[in-house]
Amino acid sequence: MEDESFCNISGKPISLDCQSHSSFCREFTVSTPKISIGKVMVYTCSVWLFAYTVFFFTQNTAVLSSAILITLVGMMLHIHFVKVDHESLLVIGSLGIQVSSSYASGREVTTFIEMSKIKDIVINEAVYLHQIIYYLCVLLRDPSEPHGVSSVVTLFQSSKPRLNCLVKIYKSCQEILSTCK
Amino acid sequence: MVLKIFFPQCCNRADSGLLVGRWVSGHDSAVVLAVIHYPFIPGQVKQYIQQVQAQSGVELSVLGSWSLPKDGQEGMESFLKDLSTIFPQERWLQISREFGKTGFTYEEQEDEEKVIFVHYEQRKVMLSQLHPIQVQDSESHSELRQMFGTVARSQPLFFMDKYDDGPLKSTHWQSEGREASIIVELLKQASAPLCVLLSWLLAVWTWICNVRIFTVFPLRFLASKLSTCIQLSYRTEHLRTLSSPKADSRLSSSVCRKANILVSVLVDVALGVALMWWLYRDDHIPMLADALVPAADRVAQQLEELLQWLMGAPAGLKMNRALDQVLGRFFLYHIHLWISYIHLMSPFIQGILWYGGLSACLGLTFALSLLSDMVALLTFHIYCFYVYGARLYCLKIYGLSSLWRLFRGKKWNVLRQRVDSCSYDLDQVTPYIKNIMVKKHNSCLSPHAAVPPQINPLKCGAVVQTYRTPTYSCYPRDSWAALVKKLFVGELIYPWRHKTTKSD
Repeated sequence: MEDESFCNISGKPISLDCQSHSSFCREFTVSTPKISIGKVMVYTCSVWLFAYTVFFFTQNTAVLSSAILITLVGMMLHIHFVKVDHESLLVIGSLGIQVSSSYASGREVTTFIEMSKIKDIVINEAVYLHQIIYYLCVLLRDPSEPHGVSSVVTLFQSSKPRLNCLVKIYKSCQEILSTCK
Repeated sequence: MVLKIFFPQCCNRADSGLLVGRWVSGHDSAVVLAVIHYPFIPGQVKQYIQQVQAQSGVELSVLGSWSLPKDGQEGMESFLKDLSTIFPQERWLQISREFGKTGFTYEEQEDEEKVIFVHYEQRKVMLSQLHPIQVQDSESHSELRQMFGTVARSQPLFFMDKYDDGPLKSTHWQSEGREASIIVELLKQASAPLCVLLSWLLAVWTWICNVRIFTVFPLRFLASKLSTCIQLSYRTEHLRTLSSPKADSRLSSSVCRKANILVSVLVDVALGVALMWWLYRDDHIPMLADALVPAADRVAQQLEELLQWLMGAPAGLKMNRALDQVLGRFFLYHIHLWISYIHLMSPFIQGILWYGGLSACLGLTFALSLLSDMVALLTFHIYCFYVYGARLYCLKIYGLSSLWRLFRGKKWNVLRQRVDSCSYDLDQVTPYIKNIMVKKHNSCLSPHAAVPPQINPLKCGAVVQTYRTPTYSCYPRDSWAALVKKLFVGELIYPWRHKTTKSD
């Protein structure tokens, strides 16, 4: 069990936690830092200042109450659907891979991929706006066509770790996959 | 290779006994379904397992032994070893657990092997209807699907519980007494006579529908276009599915479909009754009837104004004046006819609405389809205008497109279904252009002359594609893009389902 800190593609610190439950079962958890209170303050203040300016010119109190509603609902939606606290990848040899991401509100989204459907795990590179980034993905096998790839499942999609972190995960995943296939 | 054991969570605290389950063929994994406790007579166990196997169709077997020694119970080891000789198996699982400890112990018999224990919740698997859907061929791929299928199909194994006076005691998800609800049991009892009654009523209904008088040509054609009739036939089909006997309902998917249809019918009828309640409560029907005729008058007035404007100078463009007048008068006469017809009908509208509202007790969709039919019939004249306009527009578009091809020195090859380039002489081109120009200027009332014979600009592959998608019990959905494209090309948009688009 170890806990290391890496950076994600935009330079923010993230931490990788590798747990080895047994020789063929490992869990990788990438955690992103919590929302900073300063950021929340800045967003709230900017919305409220804007609303106050509008109110100053129009003298309509509905603007102020709607601003409060917007900030509250926006914050809820953000922590429920956007802000991912940690993403984890559980690799169990000869059984499958479980990918789960838990949001800041506690919502968890879990996907399980069976081993018979998995072709391989690879690191891919992609053009992302003005930069080239690397990401880890699971190649899924097409049942009708044993050598083709039917689709790709991207891992750690919201935390986006850098290559050095991905290589570490990739190597230990491949260890398990190669022994248990 | 890794051995996988799917173990039900409810058996974690079961007394010692035999593990009953199934080896998943093709994979190195075992699904434990239940634990049969000591004491038992091996012959009875074998007989019981064979009996369950015959009922469920799952290849059940004794997988191994399970021991959870209580206080003061010791020395089971040799006995457990002996059991494997009584129940001859290729592999014998020997799982044990100690009270107060979380871990399980798996005892090796032969070679060193890795073991994965997967705990599953039997109750959730049984209640979630996560059953395989008749895919026997691809079943061999997926191990989890086989596992879920095994648990789902071995329902007869779970009929025996602790309180039965049988020779065997077992632990599984229903071992604390079977889960059942009084309402569900009563409904099950009541459903059989209801189904018989329903199927009898349906038989009478289909007999009425098949009487010869309804199969005469215009009635049949009308019935296939009116959405009320289509809705009726869907409803009949649904009820027939509901009342069909239990023989083909063994598959869980068909049970699901039946439940789906039942719930949708119930919700539909409830909404329809709510609508009826609203309609008949505060004299809403006379209000609606009174509002209908002024609304129709208003629409007619708007249309007349539009036509007057089109007959004059539409958007400052100069059109063929004689043609404008002829078409405009034609349409105006149509509107006049239609409005007089509605005024003639106006005393009966309230009655029609009153009796039509009664149909809402058959369901909201039925009332809505009746409303859609009524609106379609009341606005039929406007649709007629659209058809005339669209046809004329279509002819113009054909002519213009052929003219454009002619200017580029190309022509449509009918035999090869493509545009070929072609070198025209001046003598060939001049009369041709003149011909089109003259025809366009004069009028469009002679369609065959205005359309050069080799033109086929209908590239309606996308449209046909959207039309041909088979959808269950609803119209094929037109995409907005396809509709707009049809509007621009001048192709007709039909108010009902139209399977094959014309390409003339």
